[in-house]
Amino acid sequence: MSSVQNMSDLPQSAPQPAVKADPKWFVMGGVVSIVAWLALVPLFFLIYQSFRTPGTARKPAIWTLGNYLEAYSSSDTLVLFANSVEFAAGTAILALVIGTALAWMTERTNTPLKPLFYALSIIPLIIPGILFVVSWIFLASPKIGLINLVLQKLFGTEKVYVDIYSMAGMIWVDGLHYAPIAFLLMTAAFRAMDPSLEESAMMSGASMWGIFRRITLKLAFPAVAASFLILFVRSIESFEVPALLGLPVGIQVFTSAIYDAIHSYPSNIGLAAAYAITLLVITMGGIYAQSRITAQGGKYSTVTGKGFRPRTIDLGRWKYLTLAIFIVYALLVVILPFLVLLWSSLQKYYSVPSWEALQNVSLAAYMTIINYPSVGTAVWNSFILSIGSATTVMVLTAVVCWIVLRTKIRGRWVLDQIASVPLVLPGLVMGLAIMVCYLAIGGGIYGSIWILFIAYVTRFLPYGMRYNTTSMVQLHKELEESAAMSGASWLTAFRKVVLPLLKPGLLAGWIYIVIVSVRELSSSILLYSPGTEVVSIVIWEMWQNGQYVELSAFGVMLIATLFVFVMTAQWVGKRFGVKEN
Amino acid sequence: MLTLKGLNTEYPSQKGPPVKAAQDVTFEVPAGKFFTLLGPSGCGKTTTLRSIAGLERPVGGEITVNGLTVFSAEKRIFIPPNQRNFGMVFQSYAIWPHMTVFANAAFPLEVRKNKLSKNEIREKVMRVLSAVALDQYAEREATRLSGGQQQRLALARALVMEPQLLLLDEPLSNLDAKLRDRMRFELKRIQRDLGLTTIYVTHDQGEALALSHEIAVMNEGRIVQIGTPREIYDHPRTKFVADFIGTTNFIDGVALGKDGSSGRWTVRTPIGDLLVHTDQALAADMRVTVSIRPEDVELLEEPAAAANGQNLITGLVDQKVFLGDMVDFQVKVNDYTLLSRAHPSLRTPIGDKIYVRMNPEKCVAIPDLSPARAAA
Repeated sequence: MSSVQNMSDLPQSAPQPAVKADPKWFVMGGVVSIVAWLALVPLFFLIYQSFRTPGTARKPAIWTLGNYLEAYSSSDTLVLFANSVEFAAGTAILALVIGTALAWMTERTNTPLKPLFYALSIIPLIIPGILFVVSWIFLASPKIGLINLVLQKLFGTEKVYVDIYSMAGMIWVDGLHYAPIAFLLMTAAFRAMDPSLEESAMMSGASMWGIFRRITLKLAFPAVAASFLILFVRSIESFEVPALLGLPVGIQVFTSAIYDAIHSYPSNIGLAAAYAITLLVITMGGIYAQSRITAQGGKYSTVTGKGFRPRTIDLGRWKYLTLAIFIVYALLVVILPFLVLLWSSLQKYYSVPSWEALQNVSLAAYMTIINYPSVGTAVWNSFILSIGSATTVMVLTAVVCWIVLRTKIRGRWVLDQIASVPLVLPGLVMGLAIMVCYLAIGGGIYGSIWILFIAYVTRFLPYGMRYNTTSMVQLHKELEESAAMSGASWLTAFRKVVLPLLKPGLLAGWIYIVIVSVRELSSSILLYSPGTEVVSIVIWEMWQNGQYVELSAFGVMLIATLFVFVMTAQWVGKRFGVKEN
Repeated sequence: MLTLKGLNTEYPSQKGPPVKAAQDVTFEVPAGKFFTLLGPSGCGKTTTLRSIAGLERPVGGEITVNGLTVFSAEKRIFIPPNQRNFGMVFQSYAIWPHMTVFANAAFPLEVRKNKLSKNEIREKVMRVLSAVALDQYAEREATRLSGGQQQRLALARALVMEPQLLLLDEPLSNLDAKLRDRMRFELKRIQRDLGLTTIYVTHDQGEALALSHEIAVMNEGRIVQIGTPREIYDHPRTKFVADFIGTTNFIDGVALGKDGSSGRWTVRTPIGDLLVHTDQALAADMRVTVSIRPEDVELLEEPAAAANGQNLITGLVDQKVFLGDMVDFQVKVNDYTLLSRAHPSLRTPIGDKIYVRMNPEKCVAIPDLSPARAAA
């Protein structure tokens, strides 16, 4: 007989005395425990660690507030904080300005070549952050930067025009790197906006600029503010840019300070944890503010649910200006970085483009990469990890979303929150938390490839949640209920109706998680050990070793592979995916 | 055949106490009958249907089908929907877009415990598809069917399992008007042919009157009246029922007394004293509302001799609207505007005097129980 609790909880459940327990409860119970473990336990250990002294063979670890005292008493922390905020805010503003302008041009104007541009806009997403930073070092470092060399030759001076190793350089590179994300966020915002609101402004006699400034931007304000916060959190979490551009010249932000604290000798994990907690508080504040703004966005109510086709503004001759902006953007974000990597990969030793250098073009670096000892292992590890974690995340979150959206279990929203916890954890903080956690628990997970798997699954849970939520919300509840009325058990209905209908969303989320897993560096860097390197780690090591040409060759191969993967996956999705009606 | 006793279903709400969606719902449906739950949106009709289906879990009451209790709060019985063997057609049809027409209809047979052979399934599915005239589309993608065809496929899928009970949740509401009329006849024919006990949910009074053996009118989670379509239409027991089913004139008045010979009550109203019909206990000086349908307000240009016991009053034509097959007249009687539906041959000009005749059988007196008016 079912318990009283069951009686009120669920519409469809296993009730009669004779029937054995429904497999549904095992599946759901298992998934809930896994998600709760992944998202919460490392966080607990991180907080615990921040209150402990480093334990050594002679001195056992004890409780302490020393880590926080050390972190907050020094005036360096103030600088650290100021640097972090300056860097993150600068990056977010730059990315947002670029992204908003581009989104407005593609969504609301008749700029030529728009469809091509939209297709191009996903390419930056497949370039790993570390490769993007390296290519910009090739372009704009004071000594070897192509931009400086070209300008120096042109004006016959020795003057350094641009210096990537500066706060401005960091903001420039990270801002460009996040511009595609800002573009996607703002595109969604423009699409949700009823163009008749702009049309009525036009009928009232407003100029084009007036409409953009007084109507479009104002309506987009909640989206702009929310996007700014998302970008701010993302940039304060960035690791590649501060590590490669900031650390060499002593500009420290929280992420690089955490990395430094762990990698200095003796490593100070307690101090790193104290920094990590501070960073966590900042990101939590950002995400909280963002969710508040999004929730209150209702009063702007730009989404009417009515289908409308956004009308585009005829820019006249100005459309060549916007086209030029597109081209410059594509040059800065995709073409120049890729070309400079390609050039460098075809050299034996890194040298700037010249006639002599052109004579020395060779494929030697590619040969070196193919025979490089750790490359084979790293590629295999990345392959297994990305496929494994993407599949695991999508299946886990499909069940979580189902529980959150389809059942009436009390407190199911808590599950939603738990699965979203990793969203506020910067990659480096997540890596640290997982490291501390599994060092304490033992069991041989630390040092094996499983720890990377755990990190990736945890880190990308929120992405899986987002993709699954979007497609499950669209899936009418009655499609499942009719399966139940037809006599199908929960498992049959889930397998034969829910999963096949979620397929397009599952596939899109899966592709995305595969890509971000391959790119992942900031968690992996604290968790890998010899034998469990992944591709981003190999690139990192090559950079540290000064193997620039080999790094470039590997980077070119990696970008090409990811590009082919995305194209194939999308083609497969179109070909064999479910037709959406 | 189907019995509901004291059914209560609640939904948890974000804040505050749970929403009482269905309260104390009790009714009985004999085998082979077409029973309709009728009411405005949010009245609890769909909740009641979903509770019968097992898609909602009520907090109180009992549901019995053919002597088998499928739900009982007291005995802690709850048979899940997939073991109840009820066919259901959803408002959205819930046709699975990733399957063909045949696969949709065959699904209930394929997932059930005692498996049929491939040939048996094929035979049964084709038989039911041809019953709804979809046999030539069997291999088509389900998404390429029109709205009406999807609706028939949903019906076929519910019928193929040879259900004990057929549950229909506003199945016609997504169709356009003409198709809706055709499907209404179709549905009635299939139900009467198969003799399937059917529970139908709708907010459309026309559908309810056309299809049902019996109707339960619901409001705010409760059943307010159960009866045959004629009883419900002719003799509504509350203002809500009178207003919800069709158009009606409400005339507030006070009960005077019972006429000895005819046994009818007389009600004093702004348009004069009226002889009325009532099923309910009235008392002298009680405040009542008289409901009379526009088509029962008869208009006469000549002061024709009123048959004995008819209500006859005079008024002025205030407004009229020509609708083709009829004319709506607004007749002013002492500041009160009476709506009448007349034959188009009546062409009395606006401003002219007109005689109004109303059969007391059609003037239904409803006691006014609202506290505000009782106090006034």
